[in-house]
Parts: sequence; structure tokens; C-alpha cells
Amino acid sequence: MSAAGDGSGRMVEIRGLSKSFGDLEVLSGIDVTVEAGEVVCVIGPSGSGKSTLLRCVNMLEVPTAGSVHVSGVELTHRDVDIDAARRMIGMVFQQFNLFGHLSVMDNVTIAQRRVLRRTKGEAERIGRENLAKVGVAEKESSYPPQLSGGQQQRVAIARALSMNPEVMLFDEPTSALDPELVGDVLGAMRQLAEEGMTMLVVTHEMQFAREVADRVLFMDEGMLVEQGPPSQVIADPRHERTRTFLARVLNPTHAGE
Amino acid sequence: MAGMNSPATVGKTRSSGLPGSARFSPRRRRQISQAVQYTLFVAVALTLVLVADWERVQRGFFDGTSAASMFPELITVAMKNTVIFTITGYVLGFALGLVVALMRLSSAAPNRIVALVFIEVFRGLPALLVFILIGFGLPIAFPGFSLPFGIYGTVALALGLVAAAYLAETFRAGIQAVPRGQMEAARSLGMSYSRAMVTIVVPQAIRIVIPPLTNELILLFKDSSLVFALGLTAATTELTKLGRDVSIEFATSTPLLLAGATYLVITVPLGYAVRRLEARQAKERR
Repeated sequence: MSAAGDGSGRMVEIRGLSKSFGDLEVLSGIDVTVEAGEVVCVIGPSGSGKSTLLRCVNMLEVPTAGSVHVSGVELTHRDVDIDAARRMIGMVFQQFNLFGHLSVMDNVTIAQRRVLRRTKGEAERIGRENLAKVGVAEKESSYPPQLSGGQQQRVAIARALSMNPEVMLFDEPTSALDPELVGDVLGAMRQLAEEGMTMLVVTHEMQFAREVADRVLFMDEGMLVEQGPPSQVIADPRHERTRTFLARVLNPTHAGE
Repeated sequence: MAGMNSPATVGKTRSSGLPGSARFSPRRRRQISQAVQYTLFVAVALTLVLVADWERVQRGFFDGTSAASMFPELITVAMKNTVIFTITGYVLGFALGLVVALMRLSSAAPNRIVALVFIEVFRGLPALLVFILIGFGLPIAFPGFSLPFGIYGTVALALGLVAAAYLAETFRAGIQAVPRGQMEAARSLGMSYSRAMVTIVVPQAIRIVIPPLTNELILLFKDSSLVFALGLTAATTELTKLGRDVSIEFATSTPLLLAGATYLVITVPLGYAVRRLEARQAKERR
């Protein structure tokens, strides 16, 4: 895939990133690098700023300070063509955000045709390929409200993939799903990771992070508390805050202790 | 009156003692209350029937000669023109209203101000005044200038301006009702703001506001009668004008009644369609 590019180098480089909403500082001085082909999971309590960090990577939130480079392009530069830059960054949202007035096939082809100017035939061929890859090929003529949450999220993944992104961002992709539907979505993401896609994933799925991530970042109160391979951050965290968080997440019935 | 009497009666009966000691059961009381209402209703109707001079009523409202004289112009000219005035005004108002709504939501302040002033002005002015301004004001202010299609162009512009102000607010509400995630998803796929608006947000917004959009079309049907202020010829006459002219000619209200019925032939099915759409949307949302 084009994702890995030359197989080396920095795909995402975040330097000194800060973001405030009014007086509220959500992110303070974050530095993160994601190598090409790497899968990085971001974990942390709600309100820790992980979603905001992800949304700053494709400028859905404009950072207050700091810089973001993706595939060598500085997105925080004032003269950047943000629409062109976003084409190389796929994003999957917690609430799926499929286009409700369009069929599944139109969902995965509309940006290909309107943005990349692909022909209808080519867009449909690529769309069909990606729908098949995430296991919803038979739904191409359905409309989003007719699909389960798990199917909708997989269509959303196929929609992002159809733009041939160099990196994929996942913003809590399974948090809005019924538990029995989580597996299908995580399976599609796992397959994507195995194909070498560069992925930055905000998630509460510790099992997924443990098994798929190359690196795990733990965030709390707008800061990057610790990072490292899952075997370290999840299995043997160094910081007290990480330990407290993991104890609560991995053993929710003992949360009060 | 009947409706106001009965609850008082019921209350009085109830306060007269314990539930068991009441003279009438609740069911019986309800029956009595209904009987009183129906009796009053029948009494009023009977009085009207007896007092009215039926010959005069017939001459005033159900006069065959004047009614017959309206055909076929009622349909071939008047109704046709009313429909043309309304549809052209609506199409113009729809396009202009959408543009104004997008300007109203623009991040550029001048756009927002222009849109706001436009909405306030044309929503606040009486439609009749707008008609006269466009029909007589424009030709005086710009002597060489005339709108295309004669009276049709003038009416389309006047109705369009009035409709646009209302439609702009309707569209704005619809656009704001589309979840923010739709715009974000479109932008994340590399669409520009305007591309995302046109391709993703506006189509969904219009679906949401189809019922109020149809209501505005009904209102416009009625407003199209204001064109009388511009003076119409036999060829450009519309329903209200034709009804009035024939009414005066035959000294009876029958033509007005017939013209009114013709409006209803158009607007009642439209109203029914709106209710159907609303019911369908309510079902989908559940």
C-alpha cells in the first residue's frame, strides 16, 4: 500500500502542540511522532485531550500553538492548502458520520469523484474493493440508517480508505457501538494494521491496544504522561496516574478502591 | 358557548357531595353535557336557516349564470396565471433564499450583515408594498430599465423577494439542524467548505425543512393575489381579480366563492401532502 511510502520516515510529527478553548487549556505542549507503518494507540481518561489531539492532526481543531507535519507537509502553516493536505489523512469518527442522504456506494465514492475527480467506474471499483475488505460488500445499495452501528462504522472506514490516505486517524471508533458489534470493527482495523497502514487510534479497547499497537501513549489532563510499547505502558506502567487509570479500566468493578 | 357551559355544570354537580351521593354517574354527566352541546348547535343552525332569506343567499353565493360565465377563463387564464405567478416567485425565492441563508451562516461579517438586512427588510415589509415598489418604483427610478417577461417578471421578482426572506430563515434552521459531524466528515475527506455545503449539508437540510418549505408555497399562492395592485389585463388576470371582476359585473359573490374554491383545490392537497411528509419524518426519527 501507499501507506508505508518508502517504509521509513516520519508520517506524523507533532511539536509543542497546545490547544485552548477560551480559558480552558485542553492540550499543553504535546510532542508526538508516528513513523510510517506504525500503529499508535492513545489511551487516557475522558477529558484528557486525546480526541482533541487527534482532531488537531487534520486541523478539524486549529491548534493554539505548535506545529503539525503530516508526510512532510506542515498543516499548521498559514499558506497550506488544507483540503489537499486532508486527502492524505483518513479519519473515522466515534459517531460514524456517514452521509445519511446517500447510499453506501455513494458514501464511499462521492469524495473520490468530487475531490479526486475519479470517474464513476473507477470510484465504484475502488469503493467496492474497500467495502469488501471491511466485510460490508453486500450493503452497497443500502442507506446508512438501515445498517447496524458496526456496519456503519466499517462503511466509514471503507469511505476513508477509498481516498488512498497515507495515515488513518480513529477517534474512539467503537465507543458508540453495542458490545457485540465491536469485534467486527476492531477486526477490520487489525487487518488494516497488518497491511502496514500508519494508524493513530484513540481508544478504550485495551485488548486491541495490547495486541495491535506498536506504541501506546497515555494522556492525562492535556499532557502526554508516558509512552512506549504496550508491553510496558499497559502491562507495566511507570507512572502512578497510568496505573490508576488502567486499574479502573481493566477492573471496573473495583473502581472505588 | 356550549363548550364553556358544560364544565361548569360538571364542576357544580361534583362539588355537591361525595362521589357515591352524586345524583348522576360521571358517564351520565358526560352524556348530559354532550346533549346540551348538540341541542345548542342545532338551535343555532335552525335559527340561521329560518332567519335567512334563502332566495337572496342563493343569488349572492350560488348564482348559476355568473358562475357559468367564468368558464373556461377561470381555469385556462386565471388559475394558470396564479400558478405561474406562484411557481416563478417560489423558484426565485428558493434560489435567493438559499444564497441568503448561506451568507447568513458565512464566517465573513459583510456576508452576514447583508443577509441579515435583507431578511429583516423583506420579512418586515408588507408584501403589497413590495409589489408596488417593484411594479411602479423600479420603472420610475430606472427609466430605461424593464424587467423581462413584463408583468410576469415583475410578479416573480416581488414574490421572490418576499419568499426569499422567509425561506432564508427556514434554510438556515435546516442547515443548523444537520449534525456538525456531517461537515467534519466531508472536510476530513478533502472537500472544501463550499463543496461540503453543496454536496453534503444542504441536501440533508432541505429534506429536514420540506414541510415548512411547502407551507411557504401555500402562503405564496395566496400572496400572488396581491398582483392586482399592479393592474392586470384580461390575459394576465388571476383568480382573485377574475372573481372580483365577475362579481361586480353580475352583482353577486358567487364568482368570488368559486375563485376561493379554486385556491382550495390547489392548497388543500398541498396541505395534505405536508401532513403526510411530517408524519413520515416523525416515523423515521423514532
